[in-house]
Amino acid sequence: MMVHLYWLNLCRNWRRYLLLMVFLFVAIYPLVDIVLAAFKTEAGLARGPFALPAEWHFDNFTRLWKGGAFADYFRNSVVIIIPVVLGSVILSVLSGYAFGRFHFWGSRVLSYMFLLGIMMPYQAMVIPLYYNLRAMGLIDTYGALILPLIGLSVPFGTLWMWGFFREVPQELIDASVIDGCTTWSALWHVLLPLAGPAMLALAALLFVWNWNEFLLALVLLPTNFTLPVGLAMFQGRYLAEVPVLGAGATVTMVPSLIVYIILQRHFIRGITGGAIQR
Amino acid sequence: MRQEVRWRRNRSIAGRSGRVGERNWLGYLYLIPGLVMYVAFGLYPLADTVHYSFYDWSGFGDKLFIGLRNYATLVHDEIFRQAIFNNFILIFFYTVLPILLALFLTVLMTARPLPGMTFFRTGLFIPHVIPMVVVGITWRWIFSPVGGPLNVALRAVGLHDWAKAWLGDFTWALPAIGGIGTWVMYGLCMVLFIAGVQNIDETLYDAAKIDGAGVFRQFRYVTLPGLHHQLMVALILTSITALRAFDVVWVTTRGGPGNSTMVIGLQMYRHAFPLRNVGYAASMGIVMTVLILVIWVAILAVDQRLRREWA
Repeated sequence: MMVHLYWLNLCRNWRRYLLLMVFLFVAIYPLVDIVLAAFKTEAGLARGPFALPAEWHFDNFTRLWKGGAFADYFRNSVVIIIPVVLGSVILSVLSGYAFGRFHFWGSRVLSYMFLLGIMMPYQAMVIPLYYNLRAMGLIDTYGALILPLIGLSVPFGTLWMWGFFREVPQELIDASVIDGCTTWSALWHVLLPLAGPAMLALAALLFVWNWNEFLLALVLLPTNFTLPVGLAMFQGRYLAEVPVLGAGATVTMVPSLIVYIILQRHFIRGITGGAIQR
Repeated sequence: MRQEVRWRRNRSIAGRSGRVGERNWLGYLYLIPGLVMYVAFGLYPLADTVHYSFYDWSGFGDKLFIGLRNYATLVHDEIFRQAIFNNFILIFFYTVLPILLALFLTVLMTARPLPGMTFFRTGLFIPHVIPMVVVGITWRWIFSPVGGPLNVALRAVGLHDWAKAWLGDFTWALPAIGGIGTWVMYGLCMVLFIAGVQNIDETLYDAAKIDGAGVFRQFRYVTLPGLHHQLMVALILTSITALRAFDVVWVTTRGGPGNSTMVIGLQMYRHAFPLRNVGYAASMGIVMTVLILVIWVAILAVDQRLRREWA
């Protein structure tokens, strides 16, 4: 019966499915192609860009790790992304809670300040960030990228968590207050257990955005590259060697892709829903 | 019971805790850690950029106050004018094209939700989560004159004259970069619009059909008003991305050939770091920020008006 309905649906909508397939193909073909190139030899690549690899080669990845210092870039990216995501989510929960559940003088003006923060381009901050962090002797250390990325992730995260806290029914909070909860234990024992999906979505968005960050990483870590910057620099030297570049591109995008695929429902809701509502 | 609450509230005022949702200084306590980080690494540097933009400074030694002269120089800077022009061309490719394309496709798929949509949605969205550096490298290969898939495909279908070094061509480099932007953005717009269309009340379409509305008028009077929020989000997201463009250009053309693909972000980077015209670069950063603000406000204003008209 189920199978029957499935075919019925496919027959009735085949034109729409075909159209979707075409656009899906266009969206992912280029990426599939560069990943395939990563498993080819130079000679294999010359057989035509559309062919599957004759045999699956892993030399390109080995070369990345040995010659391209990609192990270092990878480690840098990981060491940076973990505190950035954790720190931003924690701070955003706290300040989102402040906006969503407290009335205090200046909250309106402060909320506009945070709104400004989600639309400012990093180009508006990058120059002073460089000179201020240089004065502190932090350039090329992990802190030079971790701290600004947290500070610049907080506005979006705050508005995001604010949206969540606003939705929680007031009765829940009232009940906890009657039970003698402090604001802290109301947050910790009542609200956070409910906030799981919202926090997960936020973590997914912040992971992908900050993992992919280029400008700040380029400027603030001028010799101690993250993966995207390392890949861009690597490209300068290995312009013609598409298979090795493909391997580098694959390594750089896979972590973002994995986080996205696992959390895609949350992720898409994050972008299509809350982000810039009114 | 009420007595009990009041008592606890009194105790809380005495210092142990505060009642959530009331006028309460405890809010500041929760706000401060995040606010401090944001001010230190967001707002303070922004103010500093404004400050720098009034100075002539090489990044070392003394700053020389020159008032608005950096901005005056900008107006006559041929390369910067080219960059702004290019950014607006990119808006066409990042914003107008993907939105029109996505609207067209959404109309073709209107109303009836399709089983398996999650699969398509996930796939269509992928270009948006890939690092721009990877996107740039991928498309550099696609456009490559030596064995790149695009040129191979063009030759295969007999269009030998069309095959060219896309990113090295004065005429075609900018549209090629724009095309990359269209590719990144159309999936995002489609996902947005399809989600929006599924929220439109189906009876509206039925009513329109009964009134004899054809496909076009259904689109004009039902779909478009129903999508106004998603349209606004798409407009803001995509146009801001177009104005901020940096990574893609850095990886594909570095602004070349000549300055034919120069954008504000790249020109600012060049002046700030390799060339060390720090104050001048800061003024470019401010111009970009103001442009983004203006576009944001304009879109919100248009949205307000349309919402009133369509309501």
